Amino acid sequence: MKKKLSFLERAAAVPHMVWAVMFIVAPLLIVAFFAFTDTKGGFTLSNIQSLFSYSHIFLVSICFSLVATFFCLLIGYPLAYTMSRAKPSTQKLLMVLLMLPMWISLLIRTYSLMTLLDNGGLVNSLLQAIGLEPVAMVGTGGAVILGMIYDFLPYMVLPIYTSMQKMDNRYLEAAADLGCNSFQTMFRVVLPLTTPGILSGITMVFVPSISTFYISQKLGGGNFDLIGDTIERQFKYPSTYHVGAAISLVMMILILISVAVMNRFSDEEGEIVV
Amino acid sequence: MKILSRVYMWVVFALLYAPILVLVIFSFNDGGSLSAYTGFSFRWYGELFRDSVALQSLKNSLMLAISAGLIATVIGTFAALGLDRMRNRYLKGAVNSVTNIPMMNPDIVTGVSMMLLFVAVGGVLGLQDILGRWTMLIAHTTFGLPYVILSVLPRFRQFDPSLREAAMDLGCTPAQSFFKVELPQILPGVISGFIMSFTMSLDDFVISHFVSSPDFQTLPLYIYNQTAHNVKYSMYALCTLIIVTILILLLAVNFAGGVGDRTKRRKEAVK
Amino acid sequence: MKKILTTILIFSLLALSLPLFSACDNGGETVTLYVYNWGEYISDGSEGSLDVNAAFEAWYKETYGVNVKVNYSTYSSNEDMYAKMSSGAASYDVVVPSDYMIARMIEEEMLRPLNKENIPNLQYVDMELLFGDQNPYYDPENAYSVPYTYGTVGIIYNTTMVDAADIGSWDIMWNEKYEGNILQFNNSRDAFATAQFKLGYSVNGDNEAEWREALALLTQQKPIVQGYVMDEIFNKMENGSAAIAPYYAGDFFTMYGDNEDLAFFYPQEGTNVFVDAMCIPKSSQNPEIAERYIDFMLSEEAAVANAEYICYASPNKLVRENADYVAAMEEIHPDAMEILYGTEELELQFYENLPAERLMLLNELWEDLKIESSINVAIIVMALVIVFACIAMGVLLYVQKRRRRRYITTLWDA
Repeated sequence: MKKKLSFLERAAAVPHMVWAVMFIVAPLLIVAFFAFTDTKGGFTLSNIQSLFSYSHIFLVSICFSLVATFFCLLIGYPLAYTMSRAKPSTQKLLMVLLMLPMWISLLIRTYSLMTLLDNGGLVNSLLQAIGLEPVAMVGTGGAVILGMIYDFLPYMVLPIYTSMQKMDNRYLEAAADLGCNSFQTMFRVVLPLTTPGILSGITMVFVPSISTFYISQKLGGGNFDLIGDTIERQFKYPSTYHVGAAISLVMMILILISVAVMNRFSDEEGEIVV
Repeated sequence: MKILSRVYMWVVFALLYAPILVLVIFSFNDGGSLSAYTGFSFRWYGELFRDSVALQSLKNSLMLAISAGLIATVIGTFAALGLDRMRNRYLKGAVNSVTNIPMMNPDIVTGVSMMLLFVAVGGVLGLQDILGRWTMLIAHTTFGLPYVILSVLPRFRQFDPSLREAAMDLGCTPAQSFFKVELPQILPGVISGFIMSFTMSLDDFVISHFVSSPDFQTLPLYIYNQTAHNVKYSMYALCTLIIVTILILLLAVNFAGGVGDRTKRRKEAVK
Repeated sequence: MKKILTTILIFSLLALSLPLFSACDNGGETVTLYVYNWGEYISDGSEGSLDVNAAFEAWYKETYGVNVKVNYSTYSSNEDMYAKMSSGAASYDVVVPSDYMIARMIEEEMLRPLNKENIPNLQYVDMELLFGDQNPYYDPENAYSVPYTYGTVGIIYNTTMVDAADIGSWDIMWNEKYEGNILQFNNSRDAFATAQFKLGYSVNGDNEAEWREALALLTQQKPIVQGYVMDEIFNKMENGSAAIAPYYAGDFFTMYGDNEDLAFFYPQEGTNVFVDAMCIPKSSQNPEIAERYIDFMLSEEAAVANAEYICYASPNKLVRENADYVAAMEEIHPDAMEILYGTEELELQFYENLPAERLMLLNELWEDLKIESSINVAIIVMALVIVFACIAMGVLLYVQKRRRRRYITTLWDA
């Protein structure tokens, strides 16, 4: 039985659709246009061709963000699990604590982390105080990864925590009743049930880490050029806009494809779970 | 096991907060350094309130976040309503995927693409100075939209259609039934959508970096632009103030919510 | 109750957001002057200094009876400023680019000639001393710009970490003894200049081979450099995280104020001198007020306040002859006046605006240097392990799923 929709219901999404066409679709078309034209406006493939000299930047960036995402998951999953097991009042407090860093500018947070890790920073002063050798951290790849983990960890924890909250406790009880040990419960019940949260957490961490340019600049000491840095540099002069647009386009397509693949994967898993 | 996981949780939180704690402590430092603590003072707080450009940027940031958040909330809520009722599967799928693009796309690509669009439009219209508060407002609204829609849409799905039918049967117009019956039910989703888009707008640096103009600078841009010389220590004071304010606000809301829950539970118990 | 609260909340939010839109019209009499300057490059009233912009507003009101509001915003590099200006954000009245950028902007007709009748204080700017000529090299007719500050690049080092015998030359930045303790500019022009000075080449040369040689030198330096940085230099030098960094002389005093182990020298091979000058973009809405703003910046009070705040050298005679200023600078560092103004003996080179193809070459070479990321083997290995683990897990899950399904079908058949 289909009821006739009122005018309000039919028209409600129209402003959003108009907005989306104007400010989401149109800009992407313009990026594509810039990627395939030269400074005079003629069609060219040279921007795309010039990307080959950037191929290892793509590779390095992907590696960095993969590792950062992996560690975020490794640290974030148990954290989300512990949080979801806490008392409801404690949970609220923990949520506040988790969200709070997001309200301070990422620039300031990263800067502060940099001064902590620097050769003459607090961490190394402590190391020296207990008689250890100071470690040069800033300017290494490890520091960049650490920065990504530090800045984006909340993005991993939040969706996982949400999906854990939705999880029905009776599943766990049932699993225990049917003779699962806690290890089996974790891998057979909890993990599959929270897969959507994990996947959205992975996206939320992977995407900003692959495109960051501030973190690699500050914590990598400018030694590691990631895609974000490269794009940012291209947009300093109008003459290199076109190469920048080409890099952006390729990165965007790569990311959208992987997100689409992951979403498919998650839907399939979802069906199995249900 | 339980104690172990508790300890683990607090260790992670401690690490997460270590840089912030350092920042807070050193905002009370008398000297201008992040490595040597020379004495307690409110010096940087004094500096902060004398720094008119910083205060103006803070004001700009807040106004922008509120305006963009409100516009995104209004458009997004109606969009969620429309999406919930939409019957054409393909259209629905298309709108959904397009909506999610700003969230999935790296910030830098969103920023660059918007800048190229605005500059192209400016070129067509002959506007030399198209970038500014309006382009910022458009950009911030655009990337706030998916967060609003994502938090409102599930509320519509949970909503019991028979309530709406009942309202209509009792003589409500569709508009009345939406505003009087549905809206109060989905309000928590609307509010959390607003808060999400507000937060995103406040924290955004990358997109603003590309679509801003010098006459409308937000706080993250102001901080970034100091980096040619040296980040002022009064910025740490500002961050401390922001943290304290937010913490108090959130705790107050949570505490109030907690009291509400308790009274509700008590009422239920009485029943 | 809840409803009322929500309504109040929504209305207060609306009220708060209104100024965003109302700020657009100028509200009758107040004129807004848009000033776009380097970050941290004006005396802003902190630590008891003069708030120059507020002083200008008051002075203007008093002298001309018009309310002017200075909308002051900042950028972090010439290139950022240029990018904003050429991408469609030209709504400002005063900008302060560096020399080579001024030359480029004049060439691209982005600037407006100044009406010098509105800038009587220009007489105090010592062009002769600065350029050995009445006209600056970047502005051949001296029509578009008024010098704001000038400065030189030198090497800052930590006396506790560096042997006194090693100082004196650019060679120190290639000295392997200080591996991991050397900082380099994260800006193409300045970074290439360090190599060009060491090689004894011109920083404006049009011989491509020379530029490539400079790139080779920078590539060779890469393994011993701790990082390519700009503002991080302040923190890193102050807390002893690095030993050697080339930077602008004026900023040395800021660092010295926090760490007295630091010292400064000018390399014998020569170094760069730059001028940051005030200009009015062509699109300015209020050129006359902008000219008066420039004039005000040259007045003794404002110029001294700025010079003391920024610590860069001032081209203004009034500043250099001001006893308070000299005393203040010498209090910061005993040799401050000598370092800032005693530069006649040095081999100095200005940056000229490079022609388009040279600029492209520089961008390309810089790109080469930056792309040459020291690929971190450990991280790539980790990434590969993660990818393989994921694939393995996926296959495992798939196999398990199929086995389970087969099991279920067998049960069903049975």
